[in-house]
Amino acid sequence: MGRITLDKVSKRFGDVEVIPPLDLTIEDGEFTVFVGPSGCGKSTLLRLIAGLEDTTSGQIRIDSQDATHVPPAKRGLAMVFQSYALYPHMSVRKNIAFPMKMAGVPEDEQKRRIEAAANALNLTDYLDRRPGQLSGGQRQRVAIGRAIVREPSAFLFDEPLSNLDAALRVGMRLEISELHERLKTTMIYVTHDQVEAMTMADKIVVLQAGVIEQVGSPLELYHEPRNKFVAGFIGSPKMNFIEGAEAGKHGAHTIGIRPEHIAVSADEGPWSGAVSVSEHLGSDTFFHVHDTGLAETITVRADGEVGFRHGDRIRLTPRAELIHKFDENGLRIA
Amino acid sequence: MATQHSRSAARLMMAPAVVLLLGWMLVPLIMTLYFSFKKYLPLRGGDLGWVGFDNYVRFVTSSAFWPSVLATLAIVGGVLVITVVFGVLLAILLNQPMWGQGIVRILVIAPFFVMPTVSALVWKNMFMDPVNGLFAHLWKFFGAQPVEWLSQASLQSIVMIVSWQWLPFATLILLTAIQSLDSEQLEAAEMDGASPLKRFAYITLPHLSRAITVVVLIQTIFLLAIFAEIFVTTQGSFGTRTLTYLIYQRVLESQNVGLGSAGGVYAIILANIVAIFLMRIVGKNLDA
Ligand SMILES: Nc1ncnc2c1ncn2[C@@H]1O[C@H](COP(=O)(O)OP(=O)(O)O)[C@@H](O)[C@H]1O
Ligand SMILES: [Mg+2]
Repeated sequence: MGRITLDKVSKRFGDVEVIPPLDLTIEDGEFTVFVGPSGCGKSTLLRLIAGLEDTTSGQIRIDSQDATHVPPAKRGLAMVFQSYALYPHMSVRKNIAFPMKMAGVPEDEQKRRIEAAANALNLTDYLDRRPGQLSGGQRQRVAIGRAIVREPSAFLFDEPLSNLDAALRVGMRLEISELHERLKTTMIYVTHDQVEAMTMADKIVVLQAGVIEQVGSPLELYHEPRNKFVAGFIGSPKMNFIEGAEAGKHGAHTIGIRPEHIAVSADEGPWSGAVSVSEHLGSDTFFHVHDTGLAETITVRADGEVGFRHGDRIRLTPRAELIHKFDENGLRIA
Repeated sequence: MATQHSRSAARLMMAPAVVLLLGWMLVPLIMTLYFSFKKYLPLRGGDLGWVGFDNYVRFVTSSAFWPSVLATLAIVGGVLVITVVFGVLLAILLNQPMWGQGIVRILVIAPFFVMPTVSALVWKNMFMDPVNGLFAHLWKFFGAQPVEWLSQASLQSIVMIVSWQWLPFATLILLTAIQSLDSEQLEAAEMDGASPLKRFAYITLPHLSRAITVVVLIQTIFLLAIFAEIFVTTQGSFGTRTLTYLIYQRVLESQNVGLGSAGGVYAIILANIVAIFLMRIVGKNLDA
């Protein structure tokens, strides 16, 4: 079991309120991702749940038990840190065994769990090495192994992939998702990378300056962002925002249209502009279009074969039904 | 230092320093060896010729030799234990965020800047004096008979004085080591269910092992040669005659340079034995 409820939880560091009072429920077995720009309080929120920071006010419940003042070790949660926080002077085996040793798990049970974890994480050949002799990805797996053997009611990950190179990151992302499919344990995953959030999450919590901007499934956030911040944060490349007369036509202060929802052609379409940069990815091409009279730059995603160049004048057609409308406070107009 | 040319230029430029250092080391060492094979009594006839290993035999067979080796080891060992144990505790304490941290740290380091002679005299006259010392007053306040520190507990007193001098050094090195401990490791251990004591034993102490090794090795080198503290307090009496002090007495009080030089060679041997032992015990912490 691992249902975590935050009830008006807030956190101050001295005079600075990093997290204003906030409510959130994480259901048992859910993969929840906290996403937001750096410094928005994601780690702080995770550490509050872990018990590594005291709440300033409010209540944290784990499986409807009040855990606000329960010490971290007694909350039944396991955490994977950004720096992995492996114990450098212990072998991989001892690292993984450490939480069980502290909990007084019998030796043969320890051995069984270590072997199971090492098998699942491809660490069997490395059990007698020290963390310093492992690659980044292997260290990451050891950290996850150390969390698994505790059989926690929820896993907490704080930007676990940010120290890995791009290729490894994609691989580990899949491994963590598979792990979740297999264990069906609650996972809370912190990242500033919206791609990680979109690909892994059952539920995404978008944070800005300690405030929850929106909670929802990846596609809900993509299709119906509650405000401009979420609209701009979710999706890559970023949504285009257009203000002024063009927005007025739709009865909104600002309209937003995603790059993938604009069609390009040489001579057809209501908007026109000049290509300033075109980025060819093979599968797709991104055009950064200037001189549209709508916004400084409009980004458009087109098929990989479309071959406009710098300086070409092109015409753009937004898909009308996929235009997002926002009022002057940045809130979505239904 | 990549090319042949720059390497030989580097050697050439380092040569004067290396030659100077080598001479600095070798000249006294060779002179000590030279005198140790001579009967040389400056005030009683001067150089009286070669005597082979006579001095060596006399030095070891004198009744003062083994007690002096033991006293030396007792002082070195005692000071090492006290400075490392209290150094670790103080370092942990000073690492806690607190008000006035900067000033407290400077105060803790201050004893290191006091000259050994001065600090030993201060201890002898202001703390340990059986009549006027602070300790005597304290003992009397509680109705106890004041202890005559330097005669009744002479070795312990010297260990205390020297520990007081070296504690700041140990604390400083261990504090910098503790500051480099990744706090996430401690938090991970906390989440793994380790109590504060276990976190200390399993995380902090192993992290400090290398710094402790450095403290032990450096202090040993200096402690084997302590002299001023003994000279101004007990003058080597009451079982505080270390090997260094014995050599001093042989050379200056008995005016026997040959015998003292032989003692000096024994001191070199003792230092090396101790160093090898220490390297064996703690030295493996230095690699990896
Ligand atoms: N121990 C602390 N003391 C004071 N301020 C802190 C502390 N920890 C975090 N903060 C502040 O809280 C804010 C949120 O930090 P954090 O939760 O680490 O952000 P994120 O993980 O989203 O990048 C930051 O502005 C940071 O400076
Ligand atoms: Mg963070």
